[in-house]
Amino acid sequence: MYCADRMPARFLLLLAGLLLSLTALAGPKIEQWTTANGARVLFVRAPDLPILDLRLVFDAGSARDGALPGLASLTNGLLSDGAGPWDADRIAERLESVGAELEVDSARDMAWVAVRTLTEAKPLETTLETLAAVLARPTFESDDLERNRKAMLTAVRLGEQNPGTVAGKAFYRALYGDHPYGSPSGGTRESLQAITRDDVLRFYRRYYVARNAVVAIVGDLDRARAEALAQRVTADLPAGEPAPALPPVQPLAEGREIRRPFPSSQSHILMGQPGMRRGDPDYFVLYVGNHILGGSGLVSQLSEEVREKRGLSYSVYSYFSPMRREGPFVLGAQTKNAKAEEAMGVMRDTLRRFIERGPTADELTAAKQNITGGFPLRISSNSKIVEYLAMIGFYRLPLDYLDRFVGRIEAVTAEQIRDAFGRRIHPDRFVTVVVGNGQAAAAD
Amino acid sequence: MRSIVALLLLLFVLPLQAAGKVQEYRLDNGMKVIVKEDHRAPIVVSQVWYKVGSSYEPVGITGISHVLEHMMFKGTEAHPPGEFSRIIAANGGRENAFTGRDYTAYFQTLSKDRLEVALELEADRMRNLTLPPEEFVKEVNVVKEERRMRTEDKPTSLTYEQFSAVAYRVLPYSHPVIGWMNDLDNLTIEDLRRWYRLWYAPNNATLVVVGDVDPQQVLALAKRHFGPLKPERIPTLKPLREPPQRGETRVRVKAPAKEPYLVLGYKTPVLRTAEQEWEPYALDMLASILDGGSSARLSRELVRGREIAVSAGAEYSAFTRLSGMLLLDGSPAPGTDMATLERALREQVDRLREEPVSRQELERIQAQVVASKVYELDSVFYQAMQIGTLETVGLDWRLLDQYVDRIKAVTPEQVQAVARKYLTDDALTVAVLEPLPLENGTTAPATTGGNDVLR
Repeated sequence: MYCADRMPARFLLLLAGLLLSLTALAGPKIEQWTTANGARVLFVRAPDLPILDLRLVFDAGSARDGALPGLASLTNGLLSDGAGPWDADRIAERLESVGAELEVDSARDMAWVAVRTLTEAKPLETTLETLAAVLARPTFESDDLERNRKAMLTAVRLGEQNPGTVAGKAFYRALYGDHPYGSPSGGTRESLQAITRDDVLRFYRRYYVARNAVVAIVGDLDRARAEALAQRVTADLPAGEPAPALPPVQPLAEGREIRRPFPSSQSHILMGQPGMRRGDPDYFVLYVGNHILGGSGLVSQLSEEVREKRGLSYSVYSYFSPMRREGPFVLGAQTKNAKAEEAMGVMRDTLRRFIERGPTADELTAAKQNITGGFPLRISSNSKIVEYLAMIGFYRLPLDYLDRFVGRIEAVTAEQIRDAFGRRIHPDRFVTVVVGNGQAAAAD
Repeated sequence: MRSIVALLLLLFVLPLQAAGKVQEYRLDNGMKVIVKEDHRAPIVVSQVWYKVGSSYEPVGITGISHVLEHMMFKGTEAHPPGEFSRIIAANGGRENAFTGRDYTAYFQTLSKDRLEVALELEADRMRNLTLPPEEFVKEVNVVKEERRMRTEDKPTSLTYEQFSAVAYRVLPYSHPVIGWMNDLDNLTIEDLRRWYRLWYAPNNATLVVVGDVDPQQVLALAKRHFGPLKPERIPTLKPLREPPQRGETRVRVKAPAKEPYLVLGYKTPVLRTAEQEWEPYALDMLASILDGGSSARLSRELVRGREIAVSAGAEYSAFTRLSGMLLLDGSPAPGTDMATLERALREQVDRLREEPVSRQELERIQAQVVASKVYELDSVFYQAMQIGTLETVGLDWRLLDQYVDRIKAVTPEQVQAVARKYLTDDALTVAVLEPLPLENGTTAPATTGGNDVLR
């Protein structure tokens, strides 16, 4: 299936009353408590469907890899490969024979274990029993470790054949240097070969503990049952300690351009700098500003200039990836090699103009209408709500985050956007990565 | 085990009712309107499906349906290029479009009170597209960039594209949805105008609306906006049949890559073409036996177990317009050669032919199917997607309600029977990706995207 990826840019149809009526919109009712051993729980009751979504998030992403890139991901992946009395086959069989779904995965900040099950007694019981073991009694058998190590090594090689992945790795490394965010989440050949079972055990014991966990629950159950359920899946975790604070991200001192020759028909372009963190005082201002610049698909300024006016790229965008510390602010595109310089020039010009002038009144109105008018879509399913809960809990955002979302967006002014981009975005100090065959290689 | 399945089935009836019934209407001009109520959230998804896609395209203009999909955002008399998207955005909506082998579809997700905005705009561009030449020149370049990104620079995509091209002798599933680069190079605005006139008419379209709506009101809005549109004489498609394959077909694909990759495909019927109605459900079940989760045979035996694959998959769809394939694919584990991986995948097929699957495996898949039917209700978009797909490939959406029962009725003997009948060595096509070096500092081989002679 092929998508046109159409979306919006400046606009016109002013619909009186739209903003007003949406101001009243509130998020779902979130309840919060802490389990006996210190795991924080966020819960939303969703009685319409007989489904339970349960997501446990640990501060155990690749930012905790230390000297061994890939350790967080390897540890997380092994959780479902053996736990309590069950091996990987039995765990999969138990869950799938009642139609339950299990997901284990990790990113830079977080590692998570998530299940979705019917709330009927038997599937629910089987799922909870299995989940409790996966969390608290993983076996980390050597055979499983070796198999997962090989799979990650293959994934590293697959990444090396993908110009977009090559560009992404180089970008993070250049942006963050020795900061934990610079470490490749999937590991390197050397680190993956060096990781031992003891490393995995030590990582697991340190980070998969109750006080380092957030439990997000959405489903057809009442508060009392939700409490019992959260208690049950976390009961066997030691209380432990929260992970320590991550070191601050250093701003980039100077601009840097990295060109990697690659036998691809397109050049993959990434440019940017450390951006903002979750809970950042400029969060909503930068979010709305970026929506106009490159975050709203086809109607964004970048899309208008690079794609709509010039036909240079299928996908061109910008985004902030807010994390515990300053996650990246990125502008990206891919274009055929011969057009790489032109595309980069247009992207830079568009950004510079935006920083200088900020958005027009019409652009700002259109962006607000899109974001606030689309608010009901953000919370329209249990699976979306459970992700919001995990995010709010993990980053300790206020429980009224969703209730206040629309109002915070509406309060943003054009002057605030111009001011925030001017203060925080410095194109002259950007990291620029180009992977492709556009130019001869330059020094790295 | 069996009692669990029975319990789950009972349960499944309730949420379906809670989610609301499906209403079907036909306007006087032949346009079909299907509405499903779902009142969980104050939103609505609106999708317009056209019966046209890459399998409708003759050689020479492959990719035209997809390029036309892009051009559908380039303006009408009433709304200049880009305005469609801006209006949807200003109304808080999200929108996109997609093209497949058997369909082209356009969708918006909106707050429920904004449905009319989407319907008005969709009705306008169904008949009134201006197709400006200067917009076409830019947009076809965007599509070529899309092709470079999705296919030219992706070794596994290139492999699959070559695989399909040799697997089908006759069926137009042989060419890529995005089109061959040569055809994109030679496409003209006149081609697009013809294609648009041919297929974009109310009697070749289905409107699917799912969400917090009243079906009668949706019908009234559909009548108001789509009702005045004139129907067209839609071309009658010749019935296409793939001739019997008379021996294994193999293709090697060389591309810059680090890891090899393997695709196997057996020609199989679908619901529209099967001799027996149960056969596609048995094939569906068979694919799940191999790859329906982490406890299925490929993960259990090849990824874990023998540890010869880092990934292995199986795929089959009963819901396409023309016959298709049961596909297997895999990437070898380090130290395993491609011949070993291929043999292992074929041994899995042999086993399905030779011994009946266990009752326990069938029951696991039934439980998964029943549960996923409930999980689907968490997404209005997915519900609309399923209705639209079935209608547009020429099936009745009511089949969706029968799906669980049909899968439940499949027996081990039927799975074995379809394996014996269709998964034969003579009906097999194999594609193997052979990596070429991609070391840094080398220039690109002339083959990667070198056929690009633009402007």
